[in-house]
Amino acid sequence: MEMVNRPYAAAFESYAVKNPEVLCLSADLTSSCEIDGFRDRHPEQFLSMGMAEQNMLSFAGGLGLAGFRPFIHTFGVFLYRRPYDQLMASIAYPRRKVRLMGFLPGITTPGGMTHQAIEDISVMRTIPNMTVLETGDATEVEGIVEAADSIDGPVYARVLRGSVPRLFKDPMKVGELRVLSEGSDVLVITAGITTEEAMRAGGALAKVGVSVRHLHLNTLKPFDAKAILDHAASVRFGVITLENHLIAGGIGSMTAEAMAEAGMGRRLIRLGLKDTYAHGGSKPYLMRYYGLDAMALVKAIEDLTGQQTGIDEDALDSVRVDAVHSAVKAEAL
Amino acid sequence: MKNVKTTEEIALGIRRRVFEHCMRNNGGYLSQACSAAEQLAFLYNEALKLGDPTLPMIPPPFGGVPSAENTTYVTGAGYNGPFEPQYDRLFIAPAHYALVAYATLIEVGRMAPEGLEMFNQDGSSVEMIGAEHSPGMEVHNGTLGIGLSTGAGLAWGRKRRGESGEVCVFMSDGEVQEGQTWEAVQAAAHHGIDNVWAIMDVNRQQCDGAMDSVMTVGDIATKLRNFGAVVAEIDAHDLTAMRQAKATPHEGQPLIILANSSPTKGMEFLMRRFPRLHYVRFKSDAERAEMNIAIAAELGIEPIKLGEH
Repeated sequence: MEMVNRPYAAAFESYAVKNPEVLCLSADLTSSCEIDGFRDRHPEQFLSMGMAEQNMLSFAGGLGLAGFRPFIHTFGVFLYRRPYDQLMASIAYPRRKVRLMGFLPGITTPGGMTHQAIEDISVMRTIPNMTVLETGDATEVEGIVEAADSIDGPVYARVLRGSVPRLFKDPMKVGELRVLSEGSDVLVITAGITTEEAMRAGGALAKVGVSVRHLHLNTLKPFDAKAILDHAASVRFGVITLENHLIAGGIGSMTAEAMAEAGMGRRLIRLGLKDTYAHGGSKPYLMRYYGLDAMALVKAIEDLTGQQTGIDEDALDSVRVDAVHSAVKAEAL
Repeated sequence: MKNVKTTEEIALGIRRRVFEHCMRNNGGYLSQACSAAEQLAFLYNEALKLGDPTLPMIPPPFGGVPSAENTTYVTGAGYNGPFEPQYDRLFIAPAHYALVAYATLIEVGRMAPEGLEMFNQDGSSVEMIGAEHSPGMEVHNGTLGIGLSTGAGLAWGRKRRGESGEVCVFMSDGEVQEGQTWEAVQAAAHHGIDNVWAIMDVNRQQCDGAMDSVMTVGDIATKLRNFGAVVAEIDAHDLTAMRQAKATPHEGQPLIILANSSPTKGMEFLMRRFPRLHYVRFKSDAERAEMNIAIAAELGIEPIKLGEH
């Protein structure tokens, strides 16, 4: 699998230099968010806001009022936990064109509870006027800057950093989900890093005769309930959501709401963090420990179909492992 | 707009209108008119460069919140004139001063007196806590401490665009208890944002009572200077001092004028209520009647006829 090193850095720079009303804001996590090169080469378009997120969000609202489109770069968790009031009053309510670039979504950081945005989708998607996007591979990271900047209003995006696999050839289009397989037994819905996990399970499941229909989402709000219901109606056993997030409030909840409102009496299994915080560790370790990985998906499919697949860890494609302190990471955190 | 009245006359008019409103409506943000009347009169009548209002003199009803579907949405900033590069912008950071701000708009001829009759009425845009869509308001500042940050961001953007108009933030001293205020000052100083300035109503009062009893804030001027602001300290009721303070050079730094005010200025009878002045309610009809006579006399008007409402 092709791995792309720091796709955000190049994508942001090439887009921002062509759009002078785009500003680059950082809260002391400049290299961690891959914008250190941009800062050095384009200081006139870069604003260092220091470790002061409350001011940064209201300040960005003011920049939006002046007709600029600020891209705020920090870890996702710092964009909404401390400055939630500022997010509401200064950005979301007045529909400022502020682009909230949330790095290290979910358990993609070894930083533990304080650094892991595990409820960001549930928070962001309930905020009126907010659009929520998520990147699942290098192609989507390369496209997220332009996609976010196409939105007439505020945007929150879950952005992957460092060495990112390339899963897709076609660029992301806001509002268009990707149909990765068109099976007829089980519908699997993923986004972000869980898409690679489901793809990893896909080969093994096909070998034992389980026909999976797999959807990948990059636009979480607006949520395309109609498309998901159409796919859900075309499988035999039901739906499984697998998300790098709490199962409450995220993709599992949105799918459940859509199915319930449509009166669709099908089973739904929601995989993700189950009413728990996570702790610090590597991504593969955390995905296995909290049941966000390919093996968890296989077990859920067995539950849904009532059939044992016989698939074990060895049968799954080898796990892609990044060393926590490898050179391709911007830094440990 | 051409000045019709002196700033002193406008300040008195603000107190009279807010007093009349509070009498008729059985209470309100009365003390804020005492402390801030000269500051708001100064802003609208002298300090700010504003164009003619772009919105109807009688405010339209609430027109919905901002959304992709609400294509006709406008803020209340049109009462301060159009968004043009040469004009200043004003944020009322403590949005509960809205009643005082509305009274000011009437006194300077930017809103009809009927606007105040709509205050806090269901379906009206003239809300009790100034909203974005309320007359004279441009952003939501109902949560205290966010105004200066937004003003600094707007000012940075205007400077980048080469606009000559400045950004003014009317602040309250209680906001210095919020950490964000200090984040805003340090950011404005760090980025050399000198087209933003603030005037702070230092009345030493907050919702629970006197600030010293709620949370001691110490020497605000020294703290602001240490965070990078240029600070001028004045008597909030001395307009000559206010004019001089506005002229303080502050190249490369934000200017913050600390206007030390009396929460009962012009209505000394209110001292009976000290230190619970944040929102004056009448405890009895007798108290209301007594206050009506005493304060009306201080303001040089007849007592308000209460039977009409």
